[in-house]
Amino acid sequence: MLLRLLFRNAFRHKLRTALTVCGMAVAVLAFCLLRTVIAAWYAGVAASSANRLITRNAISLVFSLPLSYKDRIRGVEGVKTVSYGNWFGAYYVEQKNFFANFAVEPRTYMELYPEYIILPEQREAFYRDRKGCVVGRKLAKRFSWRVNDTVTLIGTIFPGNWEFVVRGIYDGRDDTIDDTQFFFHWDYLNETLKLTVARRADQVGFYIVGLSDPNRAAATAAAIDAVFKNSFAETLTETERAFQMGFVSMSEAILTAIRLVSLVIIVIIMAVVANTMAMSVRERLGEYVVFKTLGFRGRYLAGMILGESLLITGLGGVLGILLTFPAAEGFRRAVGTWFPVFRVEPETIYLAIAATLVVGVVAAVLPVWHVTTVRIAEGLRRIG
Amino acid sequence: MAAIVEIVEVSKSYRRGSYLLPVLTDISLVIEAGAFLALMGPSGSGKTTLLNLIAGLDQADEGVIRVGGVDITSLSESELAAWRAGHVGFIFQFYNLIPVLTAFENVELPLMLSGLSKKDRQEHAAMALGLVNLQDRMAHYPGQLSGGQQQRVAIARAVVTDPTILVADEPTGDLDRGSAEEVLALMERLSGDLGKTIIMVTHDPRAARKARSMKYLDKGVLADAPQITISECL
Repeated sequence: MLLRLLFRNAFRHKLRTALTVCGMAVAVLAFCLLRTVIAAWYAGVAASSANRLITRNAISLVFSLPLSYKDRIRGVEGVKTVSYGNWFGAYYVEQKNFFANFAVEPRTYMELYPEYIILPEQREAFYRDRKGCVVGRKLAKRFSWRVNDTVTLIGTIFPGNWEFVVRGIYDGRDDTIDDTQFFFHWDYLNETLKLTVARRADQVGFYIVGLSDPNRAAATAAAIDAVFKNSFAETLTETERAFQMGFVSMSEAILTAIRLVSLVIIVIIMAVVANTMAMSVRERLGEYVVFKTLGFRGRYLAGMILGESLLITGLGGVLGILLTFPAAEGFRRAVGTWFPVFRVEPETIYLAIAATLVVGVVAAVLPVWHVTTVRIAEGLRRIG
Repeated sequence: MAAIVEIVEVSKSYRRGSYLLPVLTDISLVIEAGAFLALMGPSGSGKTTLLNLIAGLDQADEGVIRVGGVDITSLSESELAAWRAGHVGFIFQFYNLIPVLTAFENVELPLMLSGLSKKDRQEHAAMALGLVNLQDRMAHYPGQLSGGQQQRVAIARAVVTDPTILVADEPTGDLDRGSAEEVLALMERLSGDLGKTIIMVTHDPRAARKARSMKYLDKGVLADAPQITISECL
C-alpha cells in the first residue's frame, strides 16, 4: 500500500509532476548530447591503437619529413612496419564538401589499420590502380559514390583538380571507427609533384610505425627520435593516442566549457526538482505528521519522499535517455562533417543514470529532514 | 475499575523566543479503564497539550505519565512511535485522512505497522468500517465523503488496532449538529458497549454531556468545573 501511496502522491498534481518530468527529461537529454559531443571529440583518441606510433616533424605537423627516413625508422629496434602519408586537404566540388583525405602508402597503411574492413578484391584493385582510392562507407553514401566511379577532388594544399577512381569502400570494424575518410596512393601525389612542384616531392607529412611490442612504445619512440637528433628535420614520435590527444587539447578550453555546462544543467534541474519536492512536502506536511502520529517512523517517511523524488526524476531521466538516441542521430546528420563518429556511448548513459539518481536523492534531502524533524504536536497545530 | 492512565505531577512549558510559557503545571490525574472523559476548559488552558502528552505525541518537562502500566515519559522517540502504533487511537477535529487513499486504505493504514498479513489487515479494516456503518463507502476517497462520514472513517482508523486508549481532539468541532450527534453516539457506543477508554478534548457542551466524566483545565491546572459550565453542559 505504501508503494501505491508513493505513486499516487507523485501524480497528485499532474501538471506540476508532468512539468518536472519534462524539465528533467530535457536536462538529461541536453546532458547526454553534450557528453556525446565531448565523446565525439575524443573519438580519434578512443579509436587509436597501442600498436602504432606517429612520427612527425619535431617543429610542427605542417613541416614535412624526407621519404628517406622510412628505411632508417624501419631499422630501429621494436619497429615492425612503417607506413607514411600526407594530409591532402582537398574538397569535393564545393568547399563545404570537406572531409578527411590522405595520401598513403597503401599496402603498409592497410596492414597497420586492420579496423578498416574492405573486400579483398577491392583491396587488390586499389593496390593495382595508382589513381585508385578507398573511401569510407558513410562518405560514399554522402556523395552517392560507387565502386569504379571517377571522383575529382579540388586540392588546397596541393592545388589543382585531382582525379581518382573509387576502387573500394571500407567499413569500420565497429561504430567507433571513422568511415568518412578518403585514402589514395601517395605515389600518385608524389609523382604529380615531381612534375609540377619538384621541391615538394619525396616529402611525407607523417610516418606511422607499427610496433612489435606495444609495451616498449616509449623506448621505441625515443629510439626513433634519437636517430634523427641534430638532423635538419628532427622528429617527434609519440603514441597514436598522444598524437590524437594533441589535436583534442587544442580545443581543451571549449571541451572544459561544454563539460561545465553539462554539469550546470544537472545542478539547475536539481534545484528545480528540489523545489518541486519541497513544495509537495510542505503542502502535505499535515499528512506526514498524521503518519508520525500513527506510529510510522522517520525511515518510512524518508522512504516515501525519496521514492517519490526518485520516481519523478527517474521518469524524466528515462524519457531523456530515450530521447537522446533520436536526437543524437539528428545531431549527427546535421554535423556529420565535424563529428564523423557521433554515437551515444554507454558511459554517457551510465552518467545520465547516475545524475538522475543524484538529483532524485539530493532533491529529497531537505524535505526528508523537514518531515522527520518536525514535532508532531507542532505539526498538528499547523493543521488545525 | 483499574487505572489505565496515571498522570503524576506533570508540567509542560513551551519556549517562545527567550520567553518560557508554562502550559501545564503540576497536573496529577487518574483515568480508569473504560472511562469516557471530557477535558474542557477555555482556549489556551492546556487541554490539547495534556491530550498530546497522554497520547505520547509530546514529552512532559516534569512528572510521570503511565498508560496501561507503561511509563511513557521514559520512552525514546522511536519507542514512543512503536508504542503509539499499538496503544493509541487518534480522532482529530479535521479528520486528517489521507486524501489519496480510499476509506478502506485509510483504515488499513495503521495496521501496516502491526505485522498482520494482508488478509488479516483487510478483515480488520472491513470490520472497523462495519462498526461505523460505512461498509458501502469503502472504495470512496475522503473527498467523496461528507464531514460526518470522514469522521466515522477516522474513528474506524482509530479503533482498528484495538488500542488501549482513544484520544479525540475536538471530534465534533468541524461537524454540523446532525453529524456531530452521529459521531458522539458512535463514541458513546465504543465506550459503553466495547469498553474503550476515551479521552476527549472539547469546547462543545453537547459533546461533554455524552462523556461519563469531565475534567476542567484552567491556565494549565486542573480546576473545579465552574457550575455555570456544568449546567450549560447539562
